[in-house]
Amino acid sequence: MTRIAVTGDDAVAEAAKSVNPDVVAAYPITPQTIIVERFADFVADGEVDTEFVTVESEHSAMSACVGASSAGARVFTSSASAGLMLMYEIIFVAASSRTPIVMAIANRAISGPINIHGELTDQMLFRDSGWVSMFSEDNQEAHDQTIMAFKIGEHPNVLLPVGVGLDGFIISHAIEGIEPVSREVTQKFLGGERKAALKLDTTKPLSIGLLHLQDYYMEARAQVRDAHERSRKVILEVFNEWEKLTGRKYKPVESYKMDDAEYAFLTMGSTAGNARTAVDDLRAKGEKVGLIKIRVYRPFFGDDVTELCKNLKGLITIERSHNFGGPGGILSSDIKSALFNKRLSPLLAEYTIGLGGRDTLIKDYYSIYNRSKEAFNTGKSLPLFWWGVRE
Amino acid sequence: MTIEIPKYKLKDLVDKPTYFSGGHRLCAGCAAGSMARQVTMAFNKPTMIFNSTGCLEVASTIYPFSAWEVPWLHVAFENSAAVASGAEAAIKAMIKKGTYTAGKTDIVIFGGDGGTYDIGIQAISGTLERGHDLLYILYDNGAYMNTGIQRSGGTPFGASTTTSPAGKVVPGNTQFRKPITDIIAAHRIPFVATASPAYPEDLIGKVRAGLDVDGPAFLHVEASCNRGQRFDPAKSIEYVSLATQTCMHPLYSVIDGEYQLSRPSARIAKDPSKKVPLEDYLKLEGRWRHFFKPVRREELINKFQAEVDKRWAELLKKAGY
Repeated sequence: MTRIAVTGDDAVAEAAKSVNPDVVAAYPITPQTIIVERFADFVADGEVDTEFVTVESEHSAMSACVGASSAGARVFTSSASAGLMLMYEIIFVAASSRTPIVMAIANRAISGPINIHGELTDQMLFRDSGWVSMFSEDNQEAHDQTIMAFKIGEHPNVLLPVGVGLDGFIISHAIEGIEPVSREVTQKFLGGERKAALKLDTTKPLSIGLLHLQDYYMEARAQVRDAHERSRKVILEVFNEWEKLTGRKYKPVESYKMDDAEYAFLTMGSTAGNARTAVDDLRAKGEKVGLIKIRVYRPFFGDDVTELCKNLKGLITIERSHNFGGPGGILSSDIKSALFNKRLSPLLAEYTIGLGGRDTLIKDYYSIYNRSKEAFNTGKSLPLFWWGVRE
Repeated sequence: MTIEIPKYKLKDLVDKPTYFSGGHRLCAGCAAGSMARQVTMAFNKPTMIFNSTGCLEVASTIYPFSAWEVPWLHVAFENSAAVASGAEAAIKAMIKKGTYTAGKTDIVIFGGDGGTYDIGIQAISGTLERGHDLLYILYDNGAYMNTGIQRSGGTPFGASTTTSPAGKVVPGNTQFRKPITDIIAAHRIPFVATASPAYPEDLIGKVRAGLDVDGPAFLHVEASCNRGQRFDPAKSIEYVSLATQTCMHPLYSVIDGEYQLSRPSARIAKDPSKKVPLEDYLKLEGRWRHFFKPVRREELINKFQAEVDKRWAELLKKAGY
């Protein structure tokens, strides 16, 4: 395959082009991503057959996506930050309406104060919406996962929307080489056009979005819960199939140099890149350290995480996301729950880093490692710490 | 292409199938149900309905029951126009790819006054501006009746609601109804009209015209709500017809920018003595009780009548009278 040098946004747009969705509805709220601009070029040049709906708000973008997907169409959109926040009401309905929309999210900090730079909090906050939610480490992953997302979401055992995160600027605007997947390969992988079993069909009238009161609401929500559970198997199957097709291996939870590791960084998204380099450097100095990367955030593959943690002396969670007043960070709270479920209690140091796009350099990882290990050596865990913030 | 509004006769309409079945849970006397049934009588090809949150949505589709016999989708309160625009785009794309086989499909949206005048207006404006081929039907009972009779941008002057109660100082809703039809017509879409369930032949003809026109269409239907407007349910259609007879809700169409009065209002235009004084309508409904009791509020009645007269005169001018 030929390699091309593109930004993460372009990598996603190229993926969407290979999918050739029926409908793309999107809105350029601050912050805008170039994904839909590039896709608009494809529409203008006749390279896709898509109806491109330039809606008047992000709320309407997700609404139009739900309408289109309910009509049986294959649907793509993208968003981030403030725009994503405006979509929230409909994000939940998209899951309960079982519309397998795919949304690329160039993850950016949320207002306020207004900021436009990279941070994963925007996407992590809809963890309870019913969407399958995954994150990318680099441009290739953003490209690949955009295509795989359609296959996961549209699987008859799943029928859920899928969010694919790519860190704002760090991935979305940075140029890297990728191997793009061709239209032909993508179409074969997806099995042709979407085949929606349940949709607005004038030959089989169906009402969707009914009022469920005390007598049925829990069952309706339980159906989303069950679909989410079933998605675990489908995600693994789709990742395996992708590996056979492209040679690129994907796992919900990935590890690097974990075999004999005594300590590990655990992170998600582009942060894994720097963490990986830090692991190499620390290993060169004789440190027994590895890396755990969460790719699929929802559903959460907790057992895969704990399996990697069972021999650790200390775990260092590093997340480019934040919350207030919780029992830890957003991600580290999940990790702690997963460990508790397995009665595992490695020493833990939790970090929030790089909010609003602030750089976290490889040398910061050395410092984080040393600070954490020092505590671990005295048998102590460290509570959530916002790295680099000027107090 | 200029569209003609089909002229139906009641005796022909009785044989038409409806796609809104009985057994729904709308209140006795609710004109939304009458309107919904009349609207579906205009259907003549595959049709889908998109419904904003509201009485009609809630009462027609309490799971596991649905009163709708055509595909129907509810997503939220403020976005039914956007939802329908997505479906319209989807059908277009799938027809192009050969994956949609039902052929030309009509798209109808129902939104109440809250979902249209207020929280939904952005999505509606965007949908109209983008030129999607669909019909938006506003059923306007003058307040957020579903959630407990709160005022909306469509609440008429003086009406007492739970958020604009008639008190010792404030005499109900202090604003005049937002001129929604003018706002929609300003989008220069090919078909805009008003209608009333009290005039079914007119309403059904306008629904058909709105669906047949190529591009967006909008129909503003006045609908009575005996609970929120406070009157005897048996009087629902009679009272809603007074909104037209008083010229508070005149019936007309704006086709390609051209205003034309529909029969019930054209009658009044030709013979102004047929125009019923607004007071005759106001005194029948509890929402305006404070205009008359404990003391008659002449200045409120006159103020409301003056505004109705002004808007009617403007309409007459636009319609060439």
